[in-house]
Amino acid sequence: MNNITKNRLKNNAFKVWGIACTLLGLVLLAIFIGSILMDGLQRISWEFITELPSRFVDQGGIFTALMGSVWILVLTTFIALPLGIAAAIYLEEYSKKNKLSSLLEINISNLAGVPSIIYGLLGLEIFARIMQMGASILAGSFTLALLILPIIIVSTREAIKAVPKSIRDASFALGASKWQTVYHQLLPASFGGILTGIILALSRAVGETAPLIVIGALAYVPFAPSTPMDQFTVLPIQIFNWISMPQHGFEQNAAAAIIILLFITFAMNGIAVYYRNRWQKKFK
Amino acid sequence: MRKLKELLIERTLLSSALVTIAVTVGIILVLSIQAFAFFSEVSIIDFLTDTKWTPLFTEKHFGILPLLAGTLLTSFIAIAFAVPVGLSISIYLSEYAPKSFRRTIKPALELLAGVPTVVYGFFALTVVTPFLQGFMPGLSGFNSLSAGLVMGVMIIPYISSLSEDALHAVPYSLREAAYGMGSTKLQNAFKVIVPAASSGIIASIILAISRAIGETMIVAIAAGQQPRLTLDPTVPIETITTYIVQVSLGDVPHDSLEYRTIFAAGIALFAFTFLLNTLSYKARKKFQEKYE
Repeated sequence: MNNITKNRLKNNAFKVWGIACTLLGLVLLAIFIGSILMDGLQRISWEFITELPSRFVDQGGIFTALMGSVWILVLTTFIALPLGIAAAIYLEEYSKKNKLSSLLEINISNLAGVPSIIYGLLGLEIFARIMQMGASILAGSFTLALLILPIIIVSTREAIKAVPKSIRDASFALGASKWQTVYHQLLPASFGGILTGIILALSRAVGETAPLIVIGALAYVPFAPSTPMDQFTVLPIQIFNWISMPQHGFEQNAAAAIIILLFITFAMNGIAVYYRNRWQKKFK
Repeated sequence: MRKLKELLIERTLLSSALVTIAVTVGIILVLSIQAFAFFSEVSIIDFLTDTKWTPLFTEKHFGILPLLAGTLLTSFIAIAFAVPVGLSISIYLSEYAPKSFRRTIKPALELLAGVPTVVYGFFALTVVTPFLQGFMPGLSGFNSLSAGLVMGVMIIPYISSLSEDALHAVPYSLREAAYGMGSTKLQNAFKVIVPAASSGIIASIILAISRAIGETMIVAIAAGQQPRLTLDPTVPIETITTYIVQVSLGDVPHDSLEYRTIFAAGIALFAFTFLLNTLSYKARKKFQEKYE
C-alpha cells in the first residue's frame, strides 16, 4: 500500500468516525427520551396535571409545581426583560470604547459562566434574608432574573448589531435623536432576534433547580401559590423530590413530570428557532 | 428639553448596564463576608489540608479536599468523554459535512445543552448506572462514573458548537493552500485548520470544564452524598455543588457554622470557575483578533 492510498483510507476512516460521533449525541438523546416516555407516559392524565400533590404514589399531581413554575416564569420575565434590553442597548449603541465598556464586557461574559448554584447563594443572602423576602416566589424570580440577565444581554446585543447601519444613518439624516432612532427603528427591526434570545433564556430558567433549592424553595407545598410572597415549588424541584424517594413507584411520577417539563422546554426552543429563522430572512 | 430627555435616557440605560457589575460585586461580597466569618472559626490551613469533610457530624472536620476531589473526578470523566467526541463532531461538521446537514444537525445538538440538568440526573441514575452495572458488577448505585459520562453528553454541544464556529472562521485561503499541496481533508484538518483555530478550540474546552465543575443536579442525583478522598469512579462521592444542595435541603439554622460552610464551599467553586472563565475569555479574544 503506498502513501496515497494510506492517506485516503485514513481520511475515509475519520469521516466515518465523525459521522458516528455526531450521531452518538442524537442517538443518546433518542434513547433517553424513549426510556422516559416508557416510564412515565402511562402515569400522565388530566388529573396528573390538575391535582394537588399527594403522599401516595399513584395519586395526586403536579398542579402546585406547575403553577409555581408559571409564577416564576412570569415574574422573572418582568424583572429581567427591561434590565437586559436596556443594558444591551447601552452597550451596543451608547457606550464608547473605553475602560468602562471593556470592564462591562468582561464582566458580562464572566457572569454568563458563573455556576447557577452561586446565584442561589447570592439570592439566599440578598433577597431571602437581607431584603426579607424569605423563600418566596419573588425571591426566586429575582434570583433567576439575575441568572438569565447575561444571556439576554448577549443575545439582544447580537440582534441589535445585525440591524444594517443604513437604517441608523437614514434615521439620523431625518433629524431623529439617538433615542428616537433606537426606539422607532432599531428595536422594531431587531424584535425577532431579541424575542428569540429571551425565549431561550426563559427555557433555561424553567429548568433551573439548584438556585431555587438553595434559596429555600420547598419540595412539598400543599396549595398552589396565589401571591408573589407565597412559598412555592417548581417542576424541576418536584422531579428532584420524587427521584430522591426510595419507593420505586415515585420513579414513574418523576418520569411523567419530566415529560411535561421536556415538553415545555422543547416547545420554547422550537418557538425560538422558528422566530430566528423568520427574522434572519428579513436581513438576507 | 430634548437634550435633557436624551441624557436622562442614556443614564437610565447606563444604570441598567451597571446592574451587572453590582451582581458580580454582590456575589463576591456575600461569599467573602460569610466565608470570612467561617474562617475566623476554622483555620484556612485545616480547610485546605484536612482530608475529611464532616461538618454535619458531631466530630467536625472541615477539609475541602474530599469535595474538591469529587468535583474534579466527575469533571475529568465528563471532559475525557466530551472533548474527543465534541472535537470530532466539530471537525466533521466544519470540514466534511454538506452544508444542509450542518444546518440541521447543529441546532439538534444544541438541544442537548437545553435539556434541564435534573432530567440528565434522572437518566444517569435510572438508565446509565443500571446499564453499566450489567458489566461492572462492583459499581455502586451512586457513582461518579455514570454522573460524569452523562455530564459529558450534556457538555458535548458546548465543545462541538463553539469549536465549529472557530474552525469555520479560519480563512478559506488556508484550506486552498493545503489542498493545492495535495493534502487530504484529514491532513488539512489536523495540520492546518485545527492549529489555526487552536485558541478558539481551547476557549471552548475551558468553558466546558467550567460548566462541568459548576454542574449541580446531575451529580447531586447520581453521584451520591458521601464526601471521600478517592479517585475510584465506582463508589459514591460528593462534589462541592452537591454539598451546598444537601445543606440547603436540611434544617441548618442561619448564622451557624454549618450554614457558613456552604459559602466557604461556594467561594472555592466561584474562584475556580472565575479563573477558568477569564482564561476562556482571553483565549477567545486572542482568536477574534487573529481572524475577525
